[in-house]
Amino acid sequence: MLLLRRLLVTLVLLAAVALGGFYVLTDPRIVSPAPEVGALPAPDIENGKLLFAAGGCASCHATPGQEDRTKLGGGLALASPFGTFHAPNISPHTRDGIGNWGVQDFVDAMAAGVGRQGEHLYPAFPYTSYRLIPPKALADLFAYIRTLPPVEGRAPAHELRFPFNIRRLVGGWKLLFFSGGSFRPDPAKSEAWNRGAYLVNGPGHCAECHSSRNAFGAIIPATRFAGGPDPEGKGFVPNITQDEADGLGKWSEEEIAELLKTGFTPGFDSVGGPMAEVVRNMAQLSDADRAAMAEYLKSLPAVATPPRPQAK
Amino acid sequence: MIRTALVLAGLGLGLTAAMADLNPVVERQQTMKHVGAATREGAAMAKGEAAFDAAKAQKIFKTYADAAKKMPTLFPETSKTGGETTASPKIWEDQAGFKAAFAKFEADAEAGAKATDLADFRTAFGAATKNCGACHEAYRVKR
Repeated sequence: MLLLRRLLVTLVLLAAVALGGFYVLTDPRIVSPAPEVGALPAPDIENGKLLFAAGGCASCHATPGQEDRTKLGGGLALASPFGTFHAPNISPHTRDGIGNWGVQDFVDAMAAGVGRQGEHLYPAFPYTSYRLIPPKALADLFAYIRTLPPVEGRAPAHELRFPFNIRRLVGGWKLLFFSGGSFRPDPAKSEAWNRGAYLVNGPGHCAECHSSRNAFGAIIPATRFAGGPDPEGKGFVPNITQDEADGLGKWSEEEIAELLKTGFTPGFDSVGGPMAEVVRNMAQLSDADRAAMAEYLKSLPAVATPPRPQAK
Repeated sequence: MIRTALVLAGLGLGLTAAMADLNPVVERQQTMKHVGAATREGAAMAKGEAAFDAAKAQKIFKTYADAAKKMPTLFPETSKTGGETTASPKIWEDQAGFKAAFAKFEADAEAGAKATDLADFRTAFGAATKNCGACHEAYRVKR
């Protein structure tokens, strides 16, 4: 009897320690510390504008159903296997947007996936890629967003199924799948290659759609850039590795850069779906930047496309 | 006489069957291939890789206008799936918008057919081909 009670007490204690450990480890500041901004030079608004285009911010945050891509009222619904996300208002509105945020708040969100209340942000917001943007460039982007018109109104709350509606669990997700840190250039590669690698993996967040995801919604590293089912459940996102069969193996750098500028493939098909919007964004970059992205993409090893899910 | 009639009737039946078999999915994909081929020629001229040729320009815009007229008829309710179609269900949910998109494409193509010099061609070609991405964005699932 005494033994049984001891065992029970031990189990309860162990559970408490485990829970406490989980609680500490999944603390947003512990699992995903953001880089310290510190003192920065005056922001370069033009660079911020370029990043705004490269990052495709407006694609999710512009108010749906109107043409102005600088009205960042949010509200776009993003379907996922976990429920529906609603992109928030990121306009400089002081009550409904991010008008009260400081640069560090913005860096916390972009580089660490931590919101202003110290809460975890869901990785539907691709901070997994944006974290590669260095704090100085993030400050430029923040300064640009602050020049845009404030938009009133909040997006609806996310509609996620249990247990995905528990934000703290994102901390566990980060433990497993998220690593922070800004982009580190490869000194063995050319400047253009590094610029392309940064644009593709960081602001461009190409891999967020052009990869397959596991049951937890994290990118399966082996399928990075090799394509996968549309996370929104409509169709299949193409392979953009150097795979000859259905990747970019037979494309020249010029052809890749042309697609990013005009949306036309070498066979003069015009890309559609969400990629049409991506092209409108990438078209605002310089020819040199698009060429750099193409150079980087041409350097990716060929990876076979993961099997397509059976049609329903 | 009766035999001839029977044969004719049989032929007629066969023909109708063949018509019904004509897969609209294949036909619309074929139509889009023509549009793509025309765009290849147009892009070469617009970029200065090929000399500007007014007759060729006319032909490109005619291909566009013909396709714009024909395409909306190639999406019967029975052709929502099959044949590796990448048609979005939105086509059938929003027939009005879908038809309006082709009407705009046709109008842009007809305006383009009036271009007689390279500068005008470039502008008109740019305007007409903007329709490609716009329509694919809304009504096609493939990226």
